[in-house]
Amino acid sequence: MRLLFISGLLAAFWLLLSGHYVPLILALGAVSVVLVTWFVNRMDKVDGEPLSMRLGFGLVGYLAWLMWQVVLSNVTLARRIWDPRLPIRPTWQRLDTSVSTPLEKTLYANSITLTPGTLTTDVKRDHFMIHSLSPEGMEDLRQGEMEGRIRRLRI
Amino acid sequence: MSVVIQWVSDILLLAGGLLCVTGGIGLIRMPDFFSRVHAAGVTETLAAPLLLVGLMLQLEWSLDMFKALMVLVFILATNPTASHAMAKAALHGGLRPWQADQDKTAGGAPSSNS
Repeated sequence: MRLLFISGLLAAFWLLLSGHYVPLILALGAVSVVLVTWFVNRMDKVDGEPLSMRLGFGLVGYLAWLMWQVVLSNVTLARRIWDPRLPIRPTWQRLDTSVSTPLEKTLYANSITLTPGTLTTDVKRDHFMIHSLSPEGMEDLRQGEMEGRIRRLRI
Repeated sequence: MSVVIQWVSDILLLAGGLLCVTGGIGLIRMPDFFSRVHAAGVTETLAAPLLLVGLMLQLEWSLDMFKALMVLVFILATNPTASHAMAKAALHGGLRPWQADQDKTAGGAPSSNS
């Protein structure tokens, strides 16, 4: 059932990207869909944790909020770059975190890196190492709004 | 294509182009590797999406618009992974970030990276 869903998704994706609907190309596409589904199945057996993306309104809302944060921090950073004094004070610090599941950690660490001005350099069991262009960026993360939003997603 | 869409598209493309230049200037001005990664982030996280959305408006409803959208999604999904991999590789290679106030790291003694 799950494999059927994956192959359906892949086929739809392939059809949208291809745009050429002649028998030879379609056959090649079908072969690649079958191959990829087989790979996914084998990989799930190897790592023992089938990937499940729980796409919900929560995640969509979070991504929208994240995009807005990305815009805001981009504006801040662009102003710093154009400022003749180059007002940056880089710090490299430990950020304690309470997110626990691998998916939450991945989302949190990648969200931090995606917002310019903060960069995750290492992910450990209970803390991240963060490189920040200014102490304020670090302070914002310590406030924990992003972390709270991710924990409320319950993924 | 309506004039409004044309104008919005033009503005987005112009803003994206300016942000690309900003990222390039940041790349030159920043003092060390890690801060340069941040500057490069401007081009990846905002300039590229603005350019792509601007192009999508020009393409209107078509298969090509969907392709541009996919490019956008993949850029946003892979960029943090690439940045993280670069930073981690630099740390692993023995490079340490330059910090404005070295003594303030007491609260966050760098964890071992080995």
